[in-house]
Amino acid sequence: MSTDVKTIPQEQHIAPNGIKLPIYMDNHATTPMDPRVLEEMLPYFMEKFGNAASRNHSFGWAAEEGVETARERIAKLVGATTKEIIFTSGATESDNLAIKGVAEMYKEKGNHIITAVTEHKAVLDTCKRLEKYGYRVTYLPVQKDGLVDLDDLKRAMDDKTILVTIMAANNEIGVLQPWTEIGKLCRERGIIFHTDATQAVGKVPVDVNKQNIDVMSISAHKMYGPKGVGALYVRRKNPRVQISPIIDGGGHERGMRSGTLNVPGIVGLGKACAIATEEMPKESCHLAGLRNRLRDKIMGRLDEVYINGTMEHRLPGNLNISFAYVEGESLLMGINDIAVSSGSACTSATLEPSYVLKALGTGDDLAHSSIRFGLGRFNTEAEVDYVADRVVETVQRLRELSPLYEMAKEGVDLKSVKWAAE
Amino acid sequence: MSYSDKVLDHYSNPRNVGSLDKSSQDVGTGLVGAPECGDVMKLQIKVNPQTSVIEDAKFKTFGCGSAIASSSLATEWVKGKTVEEALQIKNTEIVKELSLPPVKIHCSVLAEDAIRAAIHDWKKKNNGVAQNVPATTEARQ
Repeated sequence: MSTDVKTIPQEQHIAPNGIKLPIYMDNHATTPMDPRVLEEMLPYFMEKFGNAASRNHSFGWAAEEGVETARERIAKLVGATTKEIIFTSGATESDNLAIKGVAEMYKEKGNHIITAVTEHKAVLDTCKRLEKYGYRVTYLPVQKDGLVDLDDLKRAMDDKTILVTIMAANNEIGVLQPWTEIGKLCRERGIIFHTDATQAVGKVPVDVNKQNIDVMSISAHKMYGPKGVGALYVRRKNPRVQISPIIDGGGHERGMRSGTLNVPGIVGLGKACAIATEEMPKESCHLAGLRNRLRDKIMGRLDEVYINGTMEHRLPGNLNISFAYVEGESLLMGINDIAVSSGSACTSATLEPSYVLKALGTGDDLAHSSIRFGLGRFNTEAEVDYVADRVVETVQRLRELSPLYEMAKEGVDLKSVKWAAE
Repeated sequence: MSYSDKVLDHYSNPRNVGSLDKSSQDVGTGLVGAPECGDVMKLQIKVNPQTSVIEDAKFKTFGCGSAIASSSLATEWVKGKTVEEALQIKNTEIVKELSLPPVKIHCSVLAEDAIRAAIHDWKKKNNGVAQNVPATTEARQ
């Protein structure tokens, strides 16, 4: 790169109305840590530094106590028991452990796995690897609203199906899959149900018993905890689920995940869960209010704006919208003091838009022009108003620049145009 | 993604945005790219029939910042040139001027195509002399 290159976004500055810029509105990628979480973690770096597996001195006991408190807090948040919580390095590891662990453990019973096309890569790529080892994987399509069709799921199940892995909440469009019903279908047929609940836990109520979940992936950094730590819920009763480890070693975590525990991280995850248990009802109302405010302020002032995925079953903090006739990257460039994600991957050489949006049947043009807003605990109404204004101004400016908008306004059917590049 | 100062400048203050009357005899219109690919450029030129000098140029672009900057720059460069001179503009010159990274070279290719397409259209309107002009190449390489 030459020397006259500016990195976007620029350094922090203050908007005329006192808002600190850049504004962080990408809370599905990661969340800032809650200061209360950090405070809880700090003693576990220096004073209580012990190895939680050291059984014969007070350093080990102090660490173990921190870990067990965390385990209780996580279990409480999701309606599990403490023995059902296994600590991992994060949701990617949890997904790998769940899927590979079940596949290995139940290979005598069958070799068929069902998942959905809109899953996170941690699930999809794990399934693809298992295909290389002789497993059969069905990738269910989703409907226009982003949800799997339960009849499709039923039809895909056969007597060789050992695992259904379908996420709780989608990381791009925030839609909540019908987990309770999926779990019920699995339970009736003796199939294990794993859900990647990375985006859901701490945001919407989760109860592993009511929702018939057998195995569930959890991440700390999506709920105001630290990065590099997560958990896997593994059901112990009705039915008892067993998983083979993917990491061998000292037999930590009841043999399912060897390796010295990340005690400060685990303590942080526990505290994040405790806060969520306490504050979720109020926080989800707050977030849904902000999200709807953002939606209304944008959609009230712009035509041809489309929401991706159902609004009815959705994370309270998620808004994913496409702006017709503008291109995603130029839109992000125009709102470079706001941190959001785009469904366009046109910065990469492949120019492939989001596979999640494509699975919904969204055209490539609208997928390229989509923006994911991820609202979080620390966003304010003033920030939402600022973001809405900036988005509306930028879209209007880019539409003035857009030959497609001009043609559409002249009544040209863009689908009937013979484009030179086709 | 990083952008050069020049790309940011054209993005923030695009030159010659707008449309010319495409039915006018003096106006040539080029429309290149496709919405599915993430960029479409419309570039128009108004040519003096006596001198063949491009007296005015306008553009509208749907695309990333580099696509907007490439087409904005293209309108600046063609203005005041004869059509034959304008045909000499190469995408590599646009890449150089805007410091485009490799993943954005296709934006400059599209801008060159847009110039050629506009000239082709103008020539076609004026005595069918367009056969001397190379037709629009593939928009993407």
